[in-house]
Amino acid sequence: MKQKTLLAAVGAALAVAAVAPAQAGETMDAIKARGEIRCGVSDGLPGFSYTDQKGVVRGIDADFCRALAAAVFGDANKVKFTPLTAKERFTALQSGEIDVLSRNTTWTMSRDTGMGMVFPAAVVYYDGQGFLVNKKLGVKSAKELDGATVCIQAGTTTELNLADYFRTHKMQYTPITYDKSDESAKGLEAGRCDVLTSDQSQLYAQRIKMANPDQYVVLPEVISKEPLGPVVRPGDHEWFSTVRWTHYAMLIAEELGVTSKNVDEMKKSNNPEIRRLLGVDADFGKAIGLPQDWAYQVIKQVGNYGESFERNVGKGSPLKIERGLNALWTQGGLQYAPPIR
Amino acid sequence: MKPSRSAFLSWIYDPKIRGIIAQVVTLIVLGLLVGWLAHNAIVNLAARGIASGFDFLNDPAGFGILQTLIPYTESDTYARVFVIGLLNTLLVSALGIVAATILGFIMGVARLSKNALVSALATVYIETFRNIPPLLQIFFWYFAVLQAMPSPRQSLGWFDAVFLNIRGLYLPRPIPTEAVTAFVVAVVLAFVLWWVIARWAKRRQDETGQPFPVFWTGLGLVVLLPYLASLIFGSPFTWEVPRLRGFNFVGGWVMIPELVALWVALSIYTSAFIAEIVRAGILAVPHGQTEAAMALGLTSQQRLRLVILPQAMRVIIPPLTSQYLNLTKNSSLAAAIGYPDIVGLFAGTVLNQTGQAIETIAMAMAVYLTISITISLFMNWYNKRMALVER
Repeated sequence: MKQKTLLAAVGAALAVAAVAPAQAGETMDAIKARGEIRCGVSDGLPGFSYTDQKGVVRGIDADFCRALAAAVFGDANKVKFTPLTAKERFTALQSGEIDVLSRNTTWTMSRDTGMGMVFPAAVVYYDGQGFLVNKKLGVKSAKELDGATVCIQAGTTTELNLADYFRTHKMQYTPITYDKSDESAKGLEAGRCDVLTSDQSQLYAQRIKMANPDQYVVLPEVISKEPLGPVVRPGDHEWFSTVRWTHYAMLIAEELGVTSKNVDEMKKSNNPEIRRLLGVDADFGKAIGLPQDWAYQVIKQVGNYGESFERNVGKGSPLKIERGLNALWTQGGLQYAPPIR
Repeated sequence: MKPSRSAFLSWIYDPKIRGIIAQVVTLIVLGLLVGWLAHNAIVNLAARGIASGFDFLNDPAGFGILQTLIPYTESDTYARVFVIGLLNTLLVSALGIVAATILGFIMGVARLSKNALVSALATVYIETFRNIPPLLQIFFWYFAVLQAMPSPRQSLGWFDAVFLNIRGLYLPRPIPTEAVTAFVVAVVLAFVLWWVIARWAKRRQDETGQPFPVFWTGLGLVVLLPYLASLIFGSPFTWEVPRLRGFNFVGGWVMIPELVALWVALSIYTSAFIAEIVRAGILAVPHGQTEAAMALGLTSQQRLRLVILPQAMRVIIPPLTSQYLNLTKNSSLAAAIGYPDIVGLFAGTVLNQTGQAIETIAMAMAVYLTISITISLFMNWYNKRMALVER
């Protein structure tokens, strides 16, 4: 018994010690010294991050990691991807196992303030929580879901929104909380639950993975705001700015019509905004430790925001999600970047 | 050499004292290590602005839970979620331990059977289930269970009271009436009488050698007395029958497929190990004991029950304890199929909603440590009791 107590004490201590020491500015220095960015992504979600048949990680979240590598190293391939479940993701970031979490994570106040992480105000995807049901059920609206059994992925804002929604509408529900999003989708397919709830983008992604996608329908109700974006640890201003401005550069490129295909010609453009973006005249990267051509590399190697969106979740992908809220502000959407000047 | 000097030096060569010194040094080093790690963690948590402490336990949880053994609403606290997770873990562990023990003893004895078919079947059972990882078995049973079940609207029903569908097994729920006191008293009385009779029968058998059918008498009492009580005082329960309303059945008791799958998988997996332990225990009893029992004219069942097993138990109990611990620990695989145990619920959902990894993991670890030590202490006590029987 004495031995067991000692072992437990050591175990507890080791778990605690897994949190490595932190210093201001350390993340960017460590990344440069290491020569690659360690990026936490989801454990397999079409459109956001999943491993294709060739073993390459694809998706809008994975693209963002590549964009970061292009900005810092001028080489989009200097990324090490770590697939994480919803439960694992924050601990991986807090403990320093990854440099940035690019994993459809909702920006909420508690996550931004009390949990040892910050959102660099780069919303890669504006989402909202919805419901996916079997057409056989004959349900047309989420308001008809009283008494339903609902499949959810553990450790998400989804769990809390669901409880709020059913409570507000005075409805009952039975939650079944799975560890992985794939398991929750399987739960719906097997008929264990009536409804699968998640961010709408994930519902579309899960639907195309199902054996019979046409049999399932996404209900019209969107019950929450889910601004999804990358997360970093606080304390390193350079890294924080790199993450936020990489996203903005991709947005500004789309706004100015700069794409991965025409970026070389655009370098000769007379438009002062384009010249500033591509670092032709001025060096905006210097202040945060980036090369002068950081934005050029991002656009050349990964593309602008619109290209990445269409390729991964939009018209050019099996998901076929409309731009909707994710259109540029000039097109009536919410995607808006402060100017580079 | 002066005697005082040799006395001064001699303690260095005393293995007892050297042992104590080694232990004290180890303890100090370990204490410093733990202290340094804890200090490191506290400093880092503060530097990163991660809230720490156990205050979060009083905050409302705000999410729903599939199975709660005590009443729960979304506005209850994280502390209550902890208790719910703990109870769910204890429930599936207790059910698993009982089933694995019964199955394991049957299979262990069956493998030693002289009947070739029985012994072969037991061998196949043991070798198969012992060598497949428990997580795979849990997935297998979960999806096998789900696939076999009809949807709620096509439920299998018996007597309009018991229903089986993909959402679970629905049973009528007893709701106590005023007559329940008399019923409970009758049940308790029956068990007390059983105990008294057992004592009397043992004394009589010691004195006269006359056996008495204690088990059947006791069982009769346990059935008869409460029945009489309910005849006199009226029915002790009314039954709340499950009814299909909307998507699902409402009311009654429900046994969810997650629990069934986890229970079946853990029981079968562990029973294969227990069967081997039982077989080893029985083989450890010298054959002379069987021959002696035969010479006394005991039937083969009596030989097993009265002579072989009691002696085998002393070999069986210590490894059996570790199987019980394994089963309890393996129940943490529950998260994979959505059974809300302490790991999935508390070290999973709560950890994520609060971000307090160290506190939640420490609490979950404390739970397993406590359960393990409790089972271990109980089995050691039981082992001592069994060992004393030897004369």
